[in-house]
Amino acid sequence: MWLLKSSVGKKVIMSVSGMALILFLLFHMSMNLVALFSGDAYNMICEFLGANWYALVATAGLAALVVVHFVYAFILTIQNKKARGAQPYAYTAKPKEVEWASQNMFVLGVIVLLGLVLHLYNFWAKMQLVEVMHMLGADVCTQNATNGTYHIAQTFGSPVYVVLYIVWLVALWFHLTHGFWSALQTLGWNNQVWFNRWRCIGNVVATIIILGFMSVVLCYFGRSLCAGACC
Amino acid sequence: MDKNISFNLKVWRQRGPKEQGKFVTYPMKDIPGDTSFLEMLDILNEDLINKGEEPIVFDHDCREGICGMCSLYVNGHPHGPATGATTCQLYMRRFNDGDTITVEPWRSAAFPVIRDLMVDRSAFDKIQQAGGYVSINTGGIPDANAIPIPKDIAEEAMDAAACIGCGACVSACKNGSAMLFVSAKVSQFALLPQGKAEAARRAKSMVAKMDELGFGNCTNTRACEAECPKCISISNIARLNREFIKAKLKD
Amino acid sequence: MAKISSEKLNSKIPEGPLAEKWTNYKAHQKLVNPANKRNLDIIVVGTGLAGASAAASLGAMGFNVLNFCIQDSPRRAHSIAAQGGINAAKNYQNDGDSVYRLFYDTIKGGDYRAREANVHRLAEVSGAIIDQCVAQGVPFAREYGGLLANRSFGGAQVSRTFYARGQTGQQLLLGAYSALNYQANLGKVKLYTRYEMLDVVVIDGRARGIIARNLVTGKIERFAAHAVVIATGGYGNAYFLSTNAMGSNGSAALQCYRKGAVFANPCFAQIHPTCIPVHGDKQSKLTLMSESLRNDGRIWVPKKLEDAKALQAGKKRASDIPDEDRDFYLERRYPAFGNLVPRDVASRAAKERCDKGFGVNNTGLAVFLDFKYAIQRLGKEVVKQRYGNLFDMYEEITDVSPYEEPMMIFPAIHYTMGGIWVDYELQTSIPGLFAIGEANFSDHGANRLGASALMQGLADGYFVLPYTMQNYLADQIQVPRFSTDAPEFVAAEKAVNDKIAKLMAIKGKRSVDSIHKELGHIMWEYVGMARTKESLETAIKKLAEVEKTFWSELRIPGEASSLNVELEKALRLLDFIEVGKLMAYDALNREESCGGHFREEHQTEEGEAKRDDENFSYVACWKYTGEGNEPELIKEDLNYQYTKVQTRNYKN
Repeated sequence: MWLLKSSVGKKVIMSVSGMALILFLLFHMSMNLVALFSGDAYNMICEFLGANWYALVATAGLAALVVVHFVYAFILTIQNKKARGAQPYAYTAKPKEVEWASQNMFVLGVIVLLGLVLHLYNFWAKMQLVEVMHMLGADVCTQNATNGTYHIAQTFGSPVYVVLYIVWLVALWFHLTHGFWSALQTLGWNNQVWFNRWRCIGNVVATIIILGFMSVVLCYFGRSLCAGACC
Repeated sequence: MDKNISFNLKVWRQRGPKEQGKFVTYPMKDIPGDTSFLEMLDILNEDLINKGEEPIVFDHDCREGICGMCSLYVNGHPHGPATGATTCQLYMRRFNDGDTITVEPWRSAAFPVIRDLMVDRSAFDKIQQAGGYVSINTGGIPDANAIPIPKDIAEEAMDAAACIGCGACVSACKNGSAMLFVSAKVSQFALLPQGKAEAARRAKSMVAKMDELGFGNCTNTRACEAECPKCISISNIARLNREFIKAKLKD
Repeated sequence: MAKISSEKLNSKIPEGPLAEKWTNYKAHQKLVNPANKRNLDIIVVGTGLAGASAAASLGAMGFNVLNFCIQDSPRRAHSIAAQGGINAAKNYQNDGDSVYRLFYDTIKGGDYRAREANVHRLAEVSGAIIDQCVAQGVPFAREYGGLLANRSFGGAQVSRTFYARGQTGQQLLLGAYSALNYQANLGKVKLYTRYEMLDVVVIDGRARGIIARNLVTGKIERFAAHAVVIATGGYGNAYFLSTNAMGSNGSAALQCYRKGAVFANPCFAQIHPTCIPVHGDKQSKLTLMSESLRNDGRIWVPKKLEDAKALQAGKKRASDIPDEDRDFYLERRYPAFGNLVPRDVASRAAKERCDKGFGVNNTGLAVFLDFKYAIQRLGKEVVKQRYGNLFDMYEEITDVSPYEEPMMIFPAIHYTMGGIWVDYELQTSIPGLFAIGEANFSDHGANRLGASALMQGLADGYFVLPYTMQNYLADQIQVPRFSTDAPEFVAAEKAVNDKIAKLMAIKGKRSVDSIHKELGHIMWEYVGMARTKESLETAIKKLAEVEKTFWSELRIPGEASSLNVELEKALRLLDFIEVGKLMAYDALNREESCGGHFREEHQTEEGEAKRDDENFSYVACWKYTGEGNEPELIKEDLNYQYTKVQTRNYKN
């Protein structure tokens, strides 16, 4: 199978899974924006995306995408290291045309993954997972399982989490600015004219995603400060 | 008029592919700015021979930037700091008095060192042999003007065909990928009507050979394009990807 | 006087009218059937335009081909550096071109010292070369209508030169290289890269193989075949500084010469008029600026000597000299062809001006090539489109932008018309040994026209040798593959090993390059652009001294049994000295001025070359008579039946 065996095929897998994840991020970000305006509306969404069969299927699909994207990144990185040879250059210089992100995608990816683990612990483990366990008959408290607003306020009330999430989002921004046009390049949808257009579109998309997420983090952190000050 | 400069030259010396290499530093005195980088090495080699030592081995031939033989990694750049030029077209006026100049061979698993700064690039020939041609024999060809080719297409094909096969792309790539080299040839032929007939076959076999020979995977860092002495564009890589994916989907 | 041999050479020119000779030859030649081709091996040494195209074509026909080159890849051969273009009598421009006109221009450009039949054949097949290359995917320049573009070149009044930017040689070579790769993939051609031929093996009077050194391991190896083809280019590097690549050498040809192949017209060396002037004694090579620049650039020096002095002292710049004080000497002397006179004429005219003190750089050895007028006429953009890459290259080397100030150029050794003597079949005087491309002498006479080298290399490789080779091999189908254990192979290998051991044992104090520079200096000084009896006699004496220096003072560090670049260079230098002597003997013998050979004793009052058709209308073929002996001369008379031999006139 060429997708699994050839170098271009493996990168097609990276591109397609990456693009799908970008679409998911856009969706997730739009959903989060609701929390800025109405906590109740946000909780409705949380309920809607709780332990329902379609949400579970989507979650499973999403998890598969992340796993595929990461596993292939790992395989490709190992191969690339090997191809580079045992002896490193003593003196290296980065041409100005080369984006920093493009040479550090794997490291950025690992940061994004660690952030994801934290994120799952902060939210998913307390929400969908609790519901699922409850359905499976475990003795868990489901009181706040669909109260997303509560968890957001809890998490981003802590400055430590705020900083960690900002670091995570910045890493994600760098990852996406390269990932977006790179995916299209790998799929062959690029040429000299579209090169700059895709890069520009990629930067806009990445920035919208990150600003969307960040606004929620900062807004809730601000509210927590206000609340503290008011009390 | 160009000034003379003095500097230290830190050169990679390695007896053979399996032997341990190391850097040796040679002080260079009063080198005129209009000396080419390779002429500067000639001067050093002359000195070494006069001292009874073995000269530094490096590949070079035409010394006018077209044969693709010269292959030095100078101060972190394949072919040195100049853009759009090969090592042989690099002149000492680009450096300053008192500099330390580091000279290394192309480093890539697919390009083993033969000696000192000379590497084995026969992998490139093997990739070309896998499909870098139009399968025709000599003779029995229709008139050259039988198929008109739009000027812009011919120009774009020429842009790709300008590749000199030096391997700077591989040496610059943190992944040791040969995609720019392969894509230049695939692009040239995919653009021209003469090459279209077997475009799919060519893309598949050249990529397969490239993978087999241990080159890395392209992650679109664009270092290849930035360091290419002939400024080959990565839009060729996009075209190669397109040709390859199209070919595989058709199968 | 040279010792004249009684031997006669048979040039095997077919019967019939000129235009029908090649057709007749092909119609009556012997062929080899496909089943037999499989059993016949051919060694091709060299992978330039001639070598690669021959190897690919012979492979495609079904022969087993062994193809050797000294570089790491066939694509590095120096054909790659040809810039300007390739001629072909296509008459796409409807400007009156024809096979006859290309033939005539080539004969005339060669100053009536080439064989009519060979040149006509060259012109006949020229069109097919373009067809072949286009089919290979060579991206020639095109017009907006999608058809091929042409440019004009020195020595012709029609536009018949096809080009791919300033990289025509590269694109044609990559085309031939791709054809070679196709055959390599099919297993019909086996490539031996980083191998250098060190001797040709002759068994029972026929060439049957070569001895080659693996340049990476240092191992001496034997290769047998039914025929051997030499396609190793010219010997211009005898001058040390030339436009040739560093590795270009005449060694393979010289080994054939030592084994009995006669060497023709060695003194005909072309000096290219548009090279970047020499800048210092550490320089390793001269960079050519394409002759196509002469299409739009105007060549001049100051009219006034004081302006020239000021330029030499760096007190004035070209732009300080008004138009009326500029001497466009080519336009003045040759109104009909102007800046597009053939190379030898342009080179000598530059030398004449510089000798009179009108040189324009600090050494006084340069003239201007000015694009001011072209920029005024066409606009900077058009000039940039046509010559941009050449201008960039010039600026990188000299730090001067040709858009602002005129280029400085001076003649340099570029191409050698002389080479191994071959008959009409491209076969040397040793049966089974063929020579093609620049390595042979055949088509350019005493001077080669621009854009004709590519044409000749590819004509020989694609369309001539594949035919004539069959005519030879048809008799050889019964000959089984040779064992490389034959005594001739053993002896040849031993001779090579002995020679190497002798070189390694000198253990002197001087590097190969330092002796090579000395040789180059002698060659340029005494066997250069203008030669005299005295200068040539001096050269012969001095060359003997260089040879002595070589054998007593050479130092080769390292060992012979591994990669050893100095040893490679030393072996080549030995042959450069030999060819240098041959050039001097030949130049001394040729008491006339023609093409690339200019004897000061033989010039008109105006300083134009004076040819002597009465006494020198022959090919001077030199036969090796042993180490240290003077070679013998064999004359092959040239009979012009279809062209009227006349004084070359580019004035009106």
